[in-house]
Amino acid sequence: MIEQDLIIVGAGPAGLSAAKVALEAGLRVTIFERGVAVGGQLVKQTHKFFGSKEQYAKTRGIEIAKILYNNLLPYQDHLTIELEATVVAIYHDYVVTVLEKEKYRKYKAKAIIIATGASEKMLGFVNNDLPGVYGAGAVQTLMNLYGVIPGKEVIMVGSGNIGLIVSYQLIQAGVRVKALVEAAPNIGGYKVHASKLKRLGVPILVSTTIKEVMGNDSVEKAVVVSLDENWEMIPGTERVIFADTICIAVGLSPLHQLLSMLEIEMRYIPELGGLVPLVNDHLETSMKNVFVAGDVSGIEEASSAMVEGSLAGLYAAKELKMPHHDHERLERDLHAQLTNLRFGPCGLKTRNGIKKLKESGPC
Amino acid sequence: MGLSNVSVLCYHINNESGEAMRIKNHPILTFQPKEIINFVYNGQAVHGLEGDTIASALHALGIKVLSKSIKTKRPRGFFCAIGNCSSCQMTVNGVPNVKTCITKLEEGMIITSDEGLGVLK
Ligand SMILES: Cc1cc2nc3c(=O)[nH]c(=O)nc-3n(C[C@H](O)[C@H](O)[C@H](O)COP(=O)(O)OP(=O)(O)OC[C@H]3O[C@@H](n4cnc5c(N)ncnc54)[C@H](O)[C@@H]3O)c2cc1C
Ligand code: FES
Repeated sequence: MIEQDLIIVGAGPAGLSAAKVALEAGLRVTIFERGVAVGGQLVKQTHKFFGSKEQYAKTRGIEIAKILYNNLLPYQDHLTIELEATVVAIYHDYVVTVLEKEKYRKYKAKAIIIATGASEKMLGFVNNDLPGVYGAGAVQTLMNLYGVIPGKEVIMVGSGNIGLIVSYQLIQAGVRVKALVEAAPNIGGYKVHASKLKRLGVPILVSTTIKEVMGNDSVEKAVVVSLDENWEMIPGTERVIFADTICIAVGLSPLHQLLSMLEIEMRYIPELGGLVPLVNDHLETSMKNVFVAGDVSGIEEASSAMVEGSLAGLYAAKELKMPHHDHERLERDLHAQLTNLRFGPCGLKTRNGIKKLKESGPC
Repeated sequence: MGLSNVSVLCYHINNESGEAMRIKNHPILTFQPKEIINFVYNGQAVHGLEGDTIASALHALGIKVLSKSIKTKRPRGFFCAIGNCSSCQMTVNGVPNVKTCITKLEEGMIITSDEGLGVLK
C-alpha cells in the first residue's frame, strides 16, 4: 500500500488549487482523477469567465485549467497525478481504493480532500431514457473536448447560465438550436447570454416544459407543453418540435457518494444543490482530516471552487503540522475573497444555503 | 480476433455520418489533424481519432445506441460523458461494464455492446 500525506479526489479547479497550497507547504500529494485530463469542468468551457482577477476572470475556462496545472509543475517531486483513476471507496482508516486500468489499488493518506464536483440533474418526461437525451455538460464535453457534435438539431431544456452558454456553443459548432424551453416564467441566467441567443434567432419559450420525446432507437422529435402559474401542464398547448438531441440543463447536485460512504454528517439543502456535508470553518467534515472543496460541498462556481480548494489545502497542511509559511495572510485573504464572491444578489442563494446548513446543527 | 480478418463492411458508417459529426470550423477552438485509431465495433472495422474516448469515437460515427437495458432491452446511449451515470457501459476487449465515456480509445480495441449483466470471471 502506498502512503501519502494528502490524497485529493478530483482534479477540477478545487482539487488543483488545493494541491498547490498543500505542495507549497511541503506535503506529499497524490491527486486521483477519473477523467482523461485535469481541469474538471473547466476543460470544456470555451467562454470567458466572470468574476474577479484573482480567479482569472476574462480568461477562458480551458486556459484557467492550464494555468492551474502549470502552477503545480515546480513541485513535481512531491506530486503524483493519476488519470483515468476512479476513487471507488474511502474507509474510516483513511485507506482509499482506486480503480485504475481494471486494477484495484489501495493507498493510505494522513488527510483527504474530496473535490469530486457535481453531477447533472435529470428531468422526468416520457422516454427520457432514449439515446439523444443528454446532459448539457455532456454535450459541452463532446463538442469542446472531442470536437464531435451531439446531433444536428437540439432542444435545450433550462435557461440558467449553463443552458444559455451551451446553446451558444452549440451554434458555434454548427448545430441548430430549435428552441430553448424554460419552466419558470422568466429566463434564469444572465441577460447578456440570453440576448446573444435571441439575436441569433433562437426561440426562448418560457413557462414551457418538455412532455415527451419520441423516436425509434434515438430521439427524433419532442412534445413541448405550456405551464400555468402553478407549473401544471395546460392541456391542448402541446406542440411537436423535430430535433435529434435534447439537452438537459436543469441544475447540478453534489457528488456526495464518497462522503456518504464514510458516514460523514450530511444535510439536504436545496439552495446548495442537494445533499451536502456539514463542515467547520476549516472546511473539515465530521470526520477528522477529511476536507471538502468546490461543488461537492454546494453548487457554486469555478471561482469559489478555486478559493475553497486553496483553503482546504491550507487547513490540511496545518492539521498535519506542516503549516504553510504564509498561513495567516493566506487564510485572511482567501476568506475575504470568498465573502466577496458570495456578495450581492447573485450570491444570495449560496449565502442562504450556507446559513441553513450552519443552523442545522453542530458538526 | 486480429484486425486484418475483420470485414470492411462498415465503411458507409465512416463516410456518411462519421465525417458529418466532427466539427471542422469553429470560431474559438482549433482541431488539429489527428492520428487515426483503428478499432472494432460489434465486428466491424471502424476508426476514431487520437484523443477520443470510446464513446466520442462512436458518436462521431453516428452511433448513439451503445447497449440495451438489462430487463426491457430499451436502447441506451451516454448521458453525462464524465463517468457519473453508467449509461455508456460496453464490453471492451472482453471486459463487460466499462464506462466508455472515460476510457481512452486505443488502437485495436474490440468494442461490443453489453449483453445483460456480464459475467464475473
Ligand atoms: C456550462 C458551464 C458554464 C460555467 N461557467 C462558469 C463561469 O463562467 N464562471 C465560473 O466561475 N464557473 C462556471 N461554471 C461552474 C464551474 O465549472 C464549476 O463550479 C467548477 O468546475 C466546480 O469545480 P470543482 O473542482 O468543485 O468540480 P469539477 O470541476 O466538477 O471537478 C471535479 C473532478 O473530480 C473528478 N471526480 C469525481 N469523482 C471522482 C472519483 N470518484 N474519483 C476520481 N475523480 C473523480 C471529476 O472527474 C472532475 O474532474 C460553469 C459550469 C458549466 C457546466
Ligand atoms: S455517460 Fe455517464 S458514465 Fe458514461
